[in-house]
Amino acid sequence: MIRINCPYCGERDHSEFSYGGDATINYPSLDASEKEWTEAIFFRKNIKGFQFETWHHSNGCRMWLVVERSTVTHEIKSVKPCHPNLQKVVENNK
Amino acid sequence: MKTRRLDNYGKINRDKILSFSWDKKNYKGFEGDTLASALLANNIGIVGRSFKYHRPRGIFSSGVEESGALVTIGSKDRRDPNVRATTQELYNGLEASGQNAFPNVNFDLAGINNYLGRFFAAGFYYKTFMGIPPLEWGKGTAIWMFFEKFIRKAAGMGSASRLPDPDTYEHAHDFCDLIVVGSGPAGVAAAIEAAEKKLDVILVEQDSLVGGDQLAENNFDNSQIKNQLENLGIKIMTRTTAFGLYDNCVVGLLERVTDHISAPNVNIPRQRFWTIRAKHIIVGAGAIERHIAFNNNDIPGVMTVNASKHYLNRYGVLTGKRIAIATNNDSVYETAQQLSEAGANVTVLDSRTNFEIETNKSFEIRKGYVPYNINGSKKIHSLDVSKSEDINKSETINCDQVLLSGGWSPAVHLLSHRGVRPKWDYSNACFLPSDSKENITMVGSSRGLWNKNDCIASGIAGTTDALNRLGISKTNYFFPKPGGWKNPIQPLYEVKYKKSRSKSFVDYQHDVTTDDVRLAHREGFISVEHLKRYTTLGMANDQGKMGNIIGLSLMAELLNKEIPEVGTTVFRPPYTPVSIGALSGRNVGKHFRPLRVTPMHQWNIDHGAKMIEVGLYQRPWYYPKENETLSDSYIREASTVRKTVGICDITSLGKIAIQGPDSSEFLNRIYSNGFSKLQVGKARYGIMLRDDGIVMDDGTSWRLAENEYFMTTSTGEAAKVMSWLEELLQTRWTNLNVNVTSVSEQWAGVSIAGPKSREVLNNCVDDSLVVTNNNLPFMGVTSTFLKGNIPCRIARISFSGELAFEVYVKSDFANTMMDLLWENAKKYDGCLYGLEALGALRVEKGHVTAAELDGRVTIDDAGLSKMASTKKSYIGSAMRKRGVLKNNDREILVGFFPTNLKETFNAGTIVCEKNNIKGQGIGRITSVTYSPELGHWIGLGFVKGGLDKWKDTNLVGADPVRNKQMNLKVVSPHMIDPNGERMYA
Ligand SMILES: [Zn+2]
Repeated sequence: MIRINCPYCGERDHSEFSYGGDATINYPSLDASEKEWTEAIFFRKNIKGFQFETWHHSNGCRMWLVVERSTVTHEIKSVKPCHPNLQKVVENNK
Repeated sequence: MKTRRLDNYGKINRDKILSFSWDKKNYKGFEGDTLASALLANNIGIVGRSFKYHRPRGIFSSGVEESGALVTIGSKDRRDPNVRATTQELYNGLEASGQNAFPNVNFDLAGINNYLGRFFAAGFYYKTFMGIPPLEWGKGTAIWMFFEKFIRKAAGMGSASRLPDPDTYEHAHDFCDLIVVGSGPAGVAAAIEAAEKKLDVILVEQDSLVGGDQLAENNFDNSQIKNQLENLGIKIMTRTTAFGLYDNCVVGLLERVTDHISAPNVNIPRQRFWTIRAKHIIVGAGAIERHIAFNNNDIPGVMTVNASKHYLNRYGVLTGKRIAIATNNDSVYETAQQLSEAGANVTVLDSRTNFEIETNKSFEIRKGYVPYNINGSKKIHSLDVSKSEDINKSETINCDQVLLSGGWSPAVHLLSHRGVRPKWDYSNACFLPSDSKENITMVGSSRGLWNKNDCIASGIAGTTDALNRLGISKTNYFFPKPGGWKNPIQPLYEVKYKKSRSKSFVDYQHDVTTDDVRLAHREGFISVEHLKRYTTLGMANDQGKMGNIIGLSLMAELLNKEIPEVGTTVFRPPYTPVSIGALSGRNVGKHFRPLRVTPMHQWNIDHGAKMIEVGLYQRPWYYPKENETLSDSYIREASTVRKTVGICDITSLGKIAIQGPDSSEFLNRIYSNGFSKLQVGKARYGIMLRDDGIVMDDGTSWRLAENEYFMTTSTGEAAKVMSWLEELLQTRWTNLNVNVTSVSEQWAGVSIAGPKSREVLNNCVDDSLVVTNNNLPFMGVTSTFLKGNIPCRIARISFSGELAFEVYVKSDFANTMMDLLWENAKKYDGCLYGLEALGALRVEKGHVTAAELDGRVTIDDAGLSKMASTKKSYIGSAMRKRGVLKNNDREILVGFFPTNLKETFNAGTIVCEKNNIKGQGIGRITSVTYSPELGHWIGLGFVKGGLDKWKDTNLVGADPVRNKQMNLKVVSPHMIDPNGERMYA
């Protein structure tokens, strides 16, 4: 079972979380072209190794997190809030 | 019948006699016995019949590797098949019976299969029934399906009870620094070392007692170890099997809580499924002794050497009188000596010629001899042996028991669950665990250590490794080298029988013989994984714990390769079988999933509501009056709403508070229609799209104040919409100052609909002016009070197409609100209406719900193009006209009438052109209802090209599931009051 160390709640089972998706996508502006949106929505790299992905602590604090996880071993290298302001709060509380 | 029990042996409690039944006859055993030891003590040799050939089978082992003594325990609703007699503890009143035999294991009519062996070779079923020429063009499957039920009946083992399981099971969780699996010398040493270093330790043992293989030693005192462990604060879990290792040092365990008790307390679960999250795992799971393949090596009376030692020293049962031991390694000699001291006549046949071993010379050792055939069928009469180099030139040894030791296989299963492949060790003829990058350390004989002192040293080294990996210490350590016997093992997996077709078993439980492995090779199934599936080698209860290596060695020989080149199959959880009951725990029946009810749930029931489950929610379905059917009731309710007034519980809708200075901007981005100009005190219906332009959900948002909105979503999509809004705010639009909070549970809501709804509401509010047409126009919102000083929110919103209001109060006031509204609605001959009437009303109006918005529909498909703003960009706006979404033969929302208005149709009906009734047709009906207003059945759904294309065409509705067909025509989805005059009234 993957265990994710939520910066707010502590280490919890992955069953408390919902998987989001690729955390490295820069979504285009709303008025961007169909082509740019197609790239952002449908094209994904199939990474073997560590990747950044979003997880939602849906049965916990409801924070969206960036999780650095290995697709081979499920090892998790880092977990931080998606929102930059929440990231700062976490940094300051360390 | 003479007992095989010895007076001066064993650690059973002879003061406590237990009676049990075997195949309906009564026997006696002692506290501390297993079913297997009690059967052996009572001289019962045949305990089962084999899977394919129905050969008589006895007890092969004393543990989890058992593949012969699989029996059925209990009866009626507690009948539990395929239980290993070797691990089933005896209790008073235990009922056990043999399986796979008729009428019983001693005389089994299907034993004829033994003589039809050639028809039951590897792959027989598949070859015969998956396609027999000339029928193989797809017809084989049909033949297989015809024969399958007969074959399954002939080939099955025990059968499970068909009655509901009367026992309860539970899930439990725990945490620790270190979990140690196995309480042999290595595991105990590791646990003690860790506890002394202040780690929080759990020690797990599948047996009822701690000690591991030491339980087979004649002078072993288990209580002393137990006390020592407990005094150190170690949590000991006996009768608990660590069946699987998972990511992040999570261990899955099965605790058998009452399987050893005759009349367990009904308040105690039968089994517990544990999830333990540790920081480090030490596995000292031991090693399993292998047998040797040779002709008739399955006759009752064949057993592993170590098993006979267990039966002698732990249970006081001498398993044979004239015992032949066949081996290739040093591990048997201590047992041979003990057996002969206990009174057996023992001969050891050792395949090795050059070795030295110290014994008390109480038994004969024949160097260089191997067994090649057992004579006997239901019991052993004699053993044919030969000099290794001159195979099958025989001598015969008279004996009643043959003990086998073909070497030991470390139990690497748990590590294998983590994807760590074991490595073949030539000098010890076994697979050894490789190192794991995860915090898992193997100790004891599961890392190939054969003597106790090495095992203890490895346990301490294992804990040092754990402490180092956890960053607690930085101490050098080393593990003893694998091995530990004085003389090297000589690989011996099979002794070939040249005389005739042989029955030389590799895997006892599935009757896989050496010939089957060779046949698989001839037919090209040479990969280990194919071999396994083709012959079923290593499948079923024992998962090849004894036979896998023999199968591998045979394949290696056939391929002219070494065992490691052939590979090993990957072990997967569970290590031993886990009952479905334990997996489901308490998540059964009504507890399978949570139940959500609205705050007026009881009020609804008290007022006659029949409930229906919608997702997790219980919602009022209809409110029948005396003798009314569902359809009588909803037709009356819907008509009443159109005529006077009705009240409906809509609390299950999702409700989200949206607050902050950028709330308007936020809503303007997520809804397809404009929200930036919505005034305070007004609500708006809105549609949300997904990024890819498909409709996600619809609902309303009410502007309560400059920076505050109240959003409602559909019942089904409430959680998804909430997560979506949070995702947008936390990941994409992090500069927007908006906060979203789910308030679904905090507000109770009703819809009050119908021409008299304003009058009813008027009587219920404190200030009657607030709901006048001027003060609360269509889509107006007000925060006010119901009588009795109850704060509420009211919006003039209509789903039914009538003049209607949604009223929300804090959940605590739900019943008071219902009482108040209902008392006043009754004055106008109003009604309570449920989901069925709500559906009828909305279908008449062409309003879409989840039945239509199924994740494939665009805003244009749903006929809601006017809801897509052209003046702004929003989520999904770039993509909603992409590619196929702009095709002009998209399925568009329409209404349906039956051509003959007396006919009915059902949701799911496929809409076809008149002379082309096939496939997916040109559309589908998604919702249907009887329309009280129109007086006939109507439907909503989709057709390619929409209303414009099919307006005056006679179409056909095909309903193959119900074997029904009807003529129908396409109409506008707005089937009544298309201009909305009633809503605006
Ligand atoms: Zn959290």
